[in-house]
Amino acid sequence: MANVVLRNVRKTYAGGFEAIKGINFEVGDGQFCVLVGPSGCGKSTLLRMVAGLETVTSGEIDIGGRIVNAIEPADRDIAMVFQNYALYPHMSVYNNMAYGLRNRGMPKPEIESRVQDAARILELGAMLDRKPRQLSGGQRQRVAMGRAIVRQPKVFLFDEPLSNLDAKLRIAMRVEIRKLQRRLNTTSIYVTHDQLEAMTLADILVVMNGGQVEQIGNPLDIYQKPATTFVASFIGAPPMNLLPLRSDEIKSQLEGSAAANEAGLLGIRPEDLVISSDSAAGGIALDLTVEAIERVGAETFIYGSRRHEAQGVAANPGELPPGEVIVRIPGAIAPAIGERIRAVAPREKLHLFSVDGRKRIEL
Amino acid sequence: MEKSAFFNGKLLPYLLLVPQLTITFVFFYWPASQAVRQSFLREDAFGLSSEFIGLENYQALFAQPEYYKAMLTTLVFSTLVAALSLSIALLFATQADKNLKAAPAYKLFMIWPYAVAPAVAGVLWFFMFHPTLGTLARPLRWMGFDWNPLLNGNHALILVVMAAVWKQISYNFLFFLAGLQSIPKSVIEAGAIDGAGPMRRFWTIVFPLLSPTTFFLLVVNVVYVFFDTFGIIDAVTGGGPAGATTTMVYKVYADGRLGGDLGSSAAQSVVLMAIVIALTAIQFRYVERKVQY
Repeated sequence: MANVVLRNVRKTYAGGFEAIKGINFEVGDGQFCVLVGPSGCGKSTLLRMVAGLETVTSGEIDIGGRIVNAIEPADRDIAMVFQNYALYPHMSVYNNMAYGLRNRGMPKPEIESRVQDAARILELGAMLDRKPRQLSGGQRQRVAMGRAIVRQPKVFLFDEPLSNLDAKLRIAMRVEIRKLQRRLNTTSIYVTHDQLEAMTLADILVVMNGGQVEQIGNPLDIYQKPATTFVASFIGAPPMNLLPLRSDEIKSQLEGSAAANEAGLLGIRPEDLVISSDSAAGGIALDLTVEAIERVGAETFIYGSRRHEAQGVAANPGELPPGEVIVRIPGAIAPAIGERIRAVAPREKLHLFSVDGRKRIEL
Repeated sequence: MEKSAFFNGKLLPYLLLVPQLTITFVFFYWPASQAVRQSFLREDAFGLSSEFIGLENYQALFAQPEYYKAMLTTLVFSTLVAALSLSIALLFATQADKNLKAAPAYKLFMIWPYAVAPAVAGVLWFFMFHPTLGTLARPLRWMGFDWNPLLNGNHALILVVMAAVWKQISYNFLFFLAGLQSIPKSVIEAGAIDGAGPMRRFWTIVFPLLSPTTFFLLVVNVVYVFFDTFGIIDAVTGGGPAGATTTMVYKVYADGRLGGDLGSSAAQSVVLMAIVIALTAIQFRYVERKVQY
């Protein structure tokens, strides 16, 4: 049982590349922290620094009140689940789990009982004599989890543990990991690029981009009040619509509010838009031409182009191209392609950001 | 799933096999069968006629004390060369596998000796350790060590072992390095987190995962010391002094080529062939079982 604190942690590689640019956050005892961000944002590097597999250039990493910067991975009292599982291919499932305990000189009966316990929890009892290559992807994943839990460490570290599994299994394992973590009540740090995994698993969500923290907080708070346009686009699928405020159509509708005088970006979640012929009192109405429709059964995504705005190419991956708007409606009944529609959002559902997208402005 | 092609004709598959089979037959089975045939014959002094004498060549061979001495020399020589060249190469490869700045240059220099012909390597070592001319023999003598591979059989054996090991390290190094680099880094990292120190990680994770490479090299090295060290021995000691470095393959050459006893030489080749086949079979049968995963 321990908390993990990162104080102004930095990582600069020998070539001068700054991978981690000063990160601060705290994970409380028993909490599940998820680091999420696009590939190359430094989230895996940061996790490996906590594990002790990468050196810390400056700053402090504190596990359970002890600064671990100069402590070997083995002595940090952590366990890690790797993306490719990193099982020992020449050892049986039993030995894979027992290896770390034997290295620490634990007596045999205790090893036996811990491995049997873990095998029962993870339903690996029938496979203890098998080699990793004789297991399916999901079973290997469980062995990797088992190897971590038999150690009963202070902290679990997960490095994209589900990304090698197929979609169905990934969801099942996601739920299992969360249940297991609640049951063992072990502080955990989990790295993923999947915003859905991040939203569903996290007590604390850390959104990272370019080696920096964009926002830290409760997942729902982040969803409802993204601090930057990056977070707004990254968290939530499909991403938030971002529209330039200077556009005449929008400016005229926001007349009389503080926002009308700002130069900035207006954000609207696809599900906050409703197709309606009414004009939105105090809110905003967008005139769209339907370009494409995606039906996923329970809901339908409508991709529309704004009639009063030039079309363009997305500035960043994951963001929408300017002039394009996504509307998310329940059910499968949707307008036809080419049809002209009006999408309306109420005032309280609007998000406002500074021009550079780095600051949230309260409406 | 690998796709395999199907041919309707019965002839084509055999036609495709012909080149490989021809090469195997002409360069392996034919000479080998000639050696077996020759081992049952006695040639007259002028090479004009030969007569069938059954197992007489073999009987004469196994009555020779020199032959048992050659066997013992071969055993000592091959054990030393295989063990030393494998372990030193593994040590070097583990060092080269680390993230060093000079690693590429280090690897290049390690591989270089492999490009030196065995006879040339032998001459190099002969001169380096020549009791009166050798640049490396002089310091040895200066330190009070009476180094003389030309007269002392043990010194001569040490010298050929060193030369043969030196020659083989490059080859083993290359394979060990490739083997080490194919071990996923995360498995080693998992070992580090699991509390295994560098030595324990090496012996419990790296070494078992290298075992397919090690096994392959063991087979190749045994064949190397039995046959391919001929050039080195011939150049360094010529089998001497007093037969102290005459291995079985060198005796085949000495008796047949220099002594002109083709029948005995052929019988020795057959024995040697049988030994190498048996050794390889044993290795495959017993050692490969222990090869992990």
